[in-house]
Amino acid sequence: MDPFWLFLIFPFAAAAAIQLGLKRNARLSAFVSTLSVAATFVLSVVFLGSDNPNSHFNWATTSGFSIQIGLQLDALSRGMMFVVTGVGLLVHVFSLGYMKDDDGKARYFCGLSIFMFSMTGIVLADNFIMMFIFWELVGFSSYLLIGHWFQKDSAADAAKKAFLVNRIGDFGFMIGILMLWGLAGSFVFDSMELPAQGPLLTAAMLLVFCGAVGKSAQFPLHVWLPDAMEGPTPVSALIHAATMVAAGVYMLFRLQFSVGADLFANASGEIIAWIGAGTALLAALMATQQDDIKRVLAYSTLSQLGYMIMAVGLAGHHGLTAGEAGMFHLYTHAWFKALLFLGSGAIIYACHHEQDIWKMGGLAKRMRGTTATFAIATAALIAVPYLVSGFYSKEEILMQTLSHGHVTPLFFVAVFVAFLTPFYMTRLFIVTFLGKPRSHGAEEAREVPTVMLLPLLILAVLSVVAGFKPIAGMFSAMDPRHGHHDGAALVLAASAGTLVAGVLLGFLVYRRRDADPLASNALFKVFRNKFYIDEAYAKVVRFGQDAVAAIAHFFDEFLINGLLVGGLSRGAAGFGNLFRRLQSGNLQGYAILFAIGILLVIYLTVFMTP
Amino acid sequence: MTDLHHYLFVSGLLFAIGLAGVIVRRNIIVIFMCLELMLSAANLTLVAFSRFHTVNGLPDYNGQVLVFFIITVAAAEVAVGLAIIVALYRARQTVDVNDLTSMRG
Amino acid sequence: MHPALFYIFAILAVAGAVALVCFRNPVSSAMAMVASFVGLAALFVGLNAFFVGVIQILVYAGAIMVLFLFIIMLLDLRVEQKAHYRGPIVAAGVLLPALFLIQLLGVLQNMPAEDPEPLALREASRQFYNPDIESPSEQSVIYQSLSDRKDPSLPDVHLVGNTLFMRYNFPLQVVGVLLLVATVGVVALSKKAAPGTAKPPQ
Repeated sequence: MDPFWLFLIFPFAAAAAIQLGLKRNARLSAFVSTLSVAATFVLSVVFLGSDNPNSHFNWATTSGFSIQIGLQLDALSRGMMFVVTGVGLLVHVFSLGYMKDDDGKARYFCGLSIFMFSMTGIVLADNFIMMFIFWELVGFSSYLLIGHWFQKDSAADAAKKAFLVNRIGDFGFMIGILMLWGLAGSFVFDSMELPAQGPLLTAAMLLVFCGAVGKSAQFPLHVWLPDAMEGPTPVSALIHAATMVAAGVYMLFRLQFSVGADLFANASGEIIAWIGAGTALLAALMATQQDDIKRVLAYSTLSQLGYMIMAVGLAGHHGLTAGEAGMFHLYTHAWFKALLFLGSGAIIYACHHEQDIWKMGGLAKRMRGTTATFAIATAALIAVPYLVSGFYSKEEILMQTLSHGHVTPLFFVAVFVAFLTPFYMTRLFIVTFLGKPRSHGAEEAREVPTVMLLPLLILAVLSVVAGFKPIAGMFSAMDPRHGHHDGAALVLAASAGTLVAGVLLGFLVYRRRDADPLASNALFKVFRNKFYIDEAYAKVVRFGQDAVAAIAHFFDEFLINGLLVGGLSRGAAGFGNLFRRLQSGNLQGYAILFAIGILLVIYLTVFMTP
Repeated sequence: MTDLHHYLFVSGLLFAIGLAGVIVRRNIIVIFMCLELMLSAANLTLVAFSRFHTVNGLPDYNGQVLVFFIITVAAAEVAVGLAIIVALYRARQTVDVNDLTSMRG
Repeated sequence: MHPALFYIFAILAVAGAVALVCFRNPVSSAMAMVASFVGLAALFVGLNAFFVGVIQILVYAGAIMVLFLFIIMLLDLRVEQKAHYRGPIVAAGVLLPALFLIQLLGVLQNMPAEDPEPLALREASRQFYNPDIESPSEQSVIYQSLSDRKDPSLPDVHLVGNTLFMRYNFPLQVVGVLLLVATVGVVALSKKAAPGTAKPPQ
């Protein structure tokens, strides 16, 4: 057995050990779980420089068709493993502090280990079936962790919502996988033959994309991600910011990387790019009016995921480089968004579980370390030129929206999002950290313990350096910076301009405010209410259910009850009534019938036979 | 001389009378007796054939053994049947089959 | 069998059967049944089936009749109260047996009448001769009885026993089990349920 199966074995063994035995000892459970992820992190570092090992065995074989379970550790999955286990390790360490006094600590760490197991499976899978299995497992562990505080109705509902919304996407994903198998002849990425272009391929790619829409929370299935913030904050950092939600991007790029970017060279690539851009824009608009610190970050995550999806979708035009840009952004985003979430977790922890930014304020003086790291992460997210990793990756994505150095409609959307991002992040930062404390919790806030601060510091360093060429170069499949691009100057000017404009505007609007001055504006009300998409879904779902119920009622009442079941039962009852008269219950009547029977038998056997 | 026909006819006659009793009578015990009569009528047929179909100069004892079995089974049947009638009478205080119509469909 | 005897006993059997059906009092019916079975037993004896005739008397006229009488007495059954018989039932009760008899006559008509062959006892004795035993007095009872020089007779009980135990041994055991089951069944049926354990049969 190849040693890299340990990637799967470590977290699985940890989860199994916790669930089966260590549950009662929460401290030991947490330790085992953290140890397993530390071990996988070491493994991923060890394997970083290896060649492309892969190993597989047949899982189910029927005539002429077999499903295999296999791992491949190529350039792409090596880099992704580094991100997943790195963020995972830091989140585990942070959780040691954050979840210190939680009643369900053992359950929480068990869930984290299951998640690490499932995510590793997605990253290392060398075929679609295995990826789908782990894809579902990731959804399952996400369900467990969102609903960690299941005593709260909102958490239980959010977990349910995440699961159900993901089901919609996964259903399409499954059909897409099967269609792609029909077209490409294999489930294994490396042996898939690039199928001929055609409407079938477009449909298959769009269905596969459905899976990414669900998992990476793209419009119109984005509604679960903000609600998923009901889970513990470290979970939001790990699953709903850095790794799991990026699985959709990873899966699409895995297809490009192993099969070929030409898969997207049809209408599907265009649609994917536009859905990504649309999500980025919508989410950024919604983020401008959220009051819950985690929800602001959640919409920001949606927006950045939209960027990545857009870049991956553009692979049809620009080849592998576009997807690499998306993956590059995934890689840098993982660090600074995890840092943002963990920072918000530290703030929430310090403010006694207060999440409303308008009840914070003045934290900069009280939590210097957290504030500094949060500022670095914010800088990375709003892409301060040349200093932080986020700048490099966002630059690459904006570059992809240009066509031979000329602007396209997508470019304007992306630039507008690049303007909104500094705006809402400035709002968040000013309201949270500057000014005066606006609640008792904020006044009493103290710096978090070292076990929580340490991951923040490490992530802060990574958020800065991850984008630099020598470091990013280690993950060759994630670095698009090779060769020359047209229009670099235009992109730089646009991003720097939007950055300055966004920060300035945010600063002017929100400086020394105790309430949101835009809240009464009709347009911003729409943003605050998330474009009423949730309400619309509730209406549509209710209407659909009513319609289906009415149809089912009609079938039930008239066709089945009236004709099939009812008709049969009435027929049976009629026959029964007919024959019931024979069942008089009278022995003499039976004797007569019996005698008639005897006479008939004698007649037929004796007199009818020659 | 009496030939096979006589015996078979007497047997059939007894069977017919038993059948008539089963149909006409309402007392379940009498009905039961009539059933026994029908069984015995069948026995007469068997014994008659046994005597008239000799094997190696002897009556065919296979038939008589069958009669033996029939009598044994009939004895068991009477014992169980009468026990059922007693249980029935305990529950219903009647042996008239016209009153025992709870099997009516 | 002498025809006169045949007719006497046949008439006894048939008359008993008719009386069984016609008497209103169940006790009378039971007595009529005994008469009928005695007649039948005599017919069996007339057919050289002595053993069957005897057990017909013992089992039917003895045991079963006593059982019937016992139950009739136990239940204290009177003459049927409602004496009226429904017309259609009586009509069916006459018509169907009559049809049966007609069918029987039809069968008998197509069957050649045959007188009973005389039993060839001495010839039959050969099959029971055991050559391994030299002394004639140590041969089986069946052989001795069949081959008796002065007065060969049919050892009916021995022959039935021989057939029963040699050829029908297994069915005999099964019948034994059947009787056991019947005994257990009767006990279970007549045992009154202990108070409170179960509902009495409805």
